[in-house]
Amino acid sequence: MSEQQVDTGRRRFLTVATSAVGGVAVAGVATPFLMSFFPSERAKAAGAPVEVDISKLEPGQKINVEWRGKPVWLLSRTKQQIADLPKNDPKLVDPKSEVEQQPKYCQNEARSIKPELLVAVGICTHLGCSPTFRPDLAPADLGPEWLGGFYCPCHGSKFDLAARVFKGVPAPKNLEIPPHKYLSDTRLLIGDDK
Amino acid sequence: MKSKIRHLIAAMALVLPVSGTVLANEGPKLEKAPIDIQDTESLQRGAQLFSNYCLSCHSASAMRYNRLEDIGLSEEQIKANLLPEGAKIGDQMNVSMDKKDAKVWLGAAPPDLSLIARSRGADYLYAYLRGFYRDPTRPTGWNNLVFDKVGMPHVLWEMQGEQVLKTEKNAEGHEEHKLELVKAGSLTKLENGKANTAEFDKRMADLTNYLVYIGEPAQVKRHQIGYIVLLFLGVLLLPLTYFLKKEYWKDVH
Amino acid sequence: MSKGQKLLNWIDDRFPLSSMLKEHVTEYYAPKNFNFWYFFGSLAMLVLVIQIVTGIFLTMNYKPDGNLNAAGIPVAFASVEYIMRDVAGGWIIRYMHSTGASMFFVVVYLHMFRGLIYGSYKQPRELVWVFGCLIFLCLMAEAFMGYLLPWGQMSFWGAQVIVNLFGSIPVIGPDLSVWIRGDFVVSDATLNRFFALHVIAVPLVLLALVVAHLIALHEVGSNNPDGVEIKKLKDEKGIPLDGIPFHPYYTVKDIFGVAVFLIVFSIIVFFLPEMGGYFLEHPNFDQADPLKTPPHIAPVWYFTPFYAILRAIPSFLGTQVWGVIGMGAAVVVIAFLPWLDRSPIKSIRYRGPKFKFMLVLFIIAFIGLGILGAMPPTAGRTLISQILSFVYFAFFLGMPFYTKNDVGAVPVPTRVTDTNGKRQLQFLVLVAVTVIAAYLFATNV
Repeated sequence: MSEQQVDTGRRRFLTVATSAVGGVAVAGVATPFLMSFFPSERAKAAGAPVEVDISKLEPGQKINVEWRGKPVWLLSRTKQQIADLPKNDPKLVDPKSEVEQQPKYCQNEARSIKPELLVAVGICTHLGCSPTFRPDLAPADLGPEWLGGFYCPCHGSKFDLAARVFKGVPAPKNLEIPPHKYLSDTRLLIGDDK
Repeated sequence: MKSKIRHLIAAMALVLPVSGTVLANEGPKLEKAPIDIQDTESLQRGAQLFSNYCLSCHSASAMRYNRLEDIGLSEEQIKANLLPEGAKIGDQMNVSMDKKDAKVWLGAAPPDLSLIARSRGADYLYAYLRGFYRDPTRPTGWNNLVFDKVGMPHVLWEMQGEQVLKTEKNAEGHEEHKLELVKAGSLTKLENGKANTAEFDKRMADLTNYLVYIGEPAQVKRHQIGYIVLLFLGVLLLPLTYFLKKEYWKDVH
Repeated sequence: MSKGQKLLNWIDDRFPLSSMLKEHVTEYYAPKNFNFWYFFGSLAMLVLVIQIVTGIFLTMNYKPDGNLNAAGIPVAFASVEYIMRDVAGGWIIRYMHSTGASMFFVVVYLHMFRGLIYGSYKQPRELVWVFGCLIFLCLMAEAFMGYLLPWGQMSFWGAQVIVNLFGSIPVIGPDLSVWIRGDFVVSDATLNRFFALHVIAVPLVLLALVVAHLIALHEVGSNNPDGVEIKKLKDEKGIPLDGIPFHPYYTVKDIFGVAVFLIVFSIIVFFLPEMGGYFLEHPNFDQADPLKTPPHIAPVWYFTPFYAILRAIPSFLGTQVWGVIGMGAAVVVIAFLPWLDRSPIKSIRYRGPKFKFMLVLFIIAFIGLGILGAMPPTAGRTLISQILSFVYFAFFLGMPFYTKNDVGAVPVPTRVTDTNGKRQLQFLVLVAVTVIAAYLFATNV
């Protein structure tokens, strides 16, 4: 072996260049493997927007719709319930809905397109339980000032009828409002707003 | 080193054609199907034919309707022309016909067509689609040149018209079966006893093309990615590793 | 002392990292005259890694379930198409795995052939060879069980035929085949157990054997195309005169081999994934149907030589077990090479004409059997298969006799020689002619 003839510069260049190209190759090979972790076409098809007929929804009534495997609440609020919403404001964490938990068009007092219909993802922002609907006024367990809302049985988080979170409970944020739009007065599309 | 690799490739080149021909000699010789998987217009015509004529009995359950966006159709076009009533764009191409009923009506449940092109080959499908002929001994009144005693009726007979089987002895004395058009359909012509089936054949090529496409919707993309990968390996990795090896092995020689 | 050195010292006090690297990589001295045949060992490792990684990702979406779904398709079969179409990047992963299976056998057959021509199985490397043969056996089991998983027609009927082979064993046979299947036909129960064995049991054994193969190899050191023991001549530092450290010399060389292999591999994955029906058989795109046998059942190409031997041996004394025994013996006999070969010479370069002649016959027999095993049997083909099976066994079992005093014209040198390009070319021409001869012999019947 003749050490003195070694061109170290060339050797280092080739080593670095091969390593770099090899690194690109590894990244390229890794791509399909990492991609395969994203939702598949089947999952996407199952998570496609859902059309709901709301013509039979009575004031004060709540129905559940499944979208992407999550419960979506459709609550038809009465005039009184809408009028009561601002009364909760001082007790709420985010009464003006400044945290992005809703599409822009729902950043208002009622957190909805039309005040009478609330559309919200029924999953607690604390640890993912589904809160129960408690429209009753001033029940024994929720106190005299309760104007109707949602109560999470897992850790006691409370939300008002616009799905806004109260202060002093574990949940940090308001419930999520999914993208949605009215296809007509009686047909609602959940999951897409374009 | 270079010469060694060349010898190796030469040796491989000798082996490969050998293995490729071993099984090819079984079955009758089929005409090559004139298809082009890159021809999206042909694929779209095939998709329309498939939805109108095949999908009433045959499912293609591995295939989703929205996948047809790959062959240049828009979501609106798919919804308007191809999607059955009540189905969603992400749904699979299933049939409402019950498999058990189908068995009673047709003798055998119509097979799912998702992979038919991969199991039979394009040339077979092209021959099959054009191979129906009148056969009064069959319950449906139809038989097929490449699939004897086929259970499926000739769904496209209004387009193709009617063919009959002619058996002739060729020069070597072997029997040769040929189909002859005796009654023109909407896509075939009979002029002075001469048949013109060009239009029908073209439509069947479209349908075959589409069946090949649904056999593996990723195939066009597969080729595209393949060229990039080979370019990368051949132009960058191979020469670099070659020179790296040469450089280090200067020590040894 | 640098931080890196400190960390290394900290580890070395607790785990022999540096000494292991030295022993197996930087100060593992390999003969400097390796030729291209020596690529296939490292390539086999690469394919093993490809198979394990792609296999792990396939199991994430594959479902070993033979029951029919709502559309009337077996769930397992449908889940493969789900991977091919609905899972992002799924088709690349699946084709890498299916191509990898065949390429594993390509690489391993060439690796074994290298051992055969250079006498790498001979003393002191008997255990390296025996471990290698066990790896080959595991690989066959792995491939056979993996082939059932897509649950196509060939998967189903291939498994049906092979499992029924065990049924021919006298007395216990019929019960044994039912026990293997867990049912009276190949069914969901069979699919589930083959899946478990394919993804967990056999790979674990395979990995352990690969480690044993490498430990044994590094204990005795690599053979080389001259069959010269480089450890016999060492310099004053105890380094073999004809040895060079594995790293960097053979790492950079093997990386080049990897680049060439990846090109071949990519051509298949992206342009020829079915390889004309040899890597993915056409009838296997039809879902498994227990009521309809495909017209012609042939195993995947890598099993065909052994399958041809099975079919060549007729049944007599009222049982067909002889074919099964013959097929098993054809695999097992390979492991006995170190004790069948009596020649003091390792490499074919210095052996006499008898071995070379028998080797040519053996290549013709092996490839010829491979071709015949893929074709439907006829009387003529069966006769040829019988002749070739005889040659196959004669090569091994006749070895104690024809290798005894078989010495070539050129004596074995004391030092390794430079690889002679002309000799390599001659050899490859010989191999090519042999392959063509085997093809003509097997097909023109």
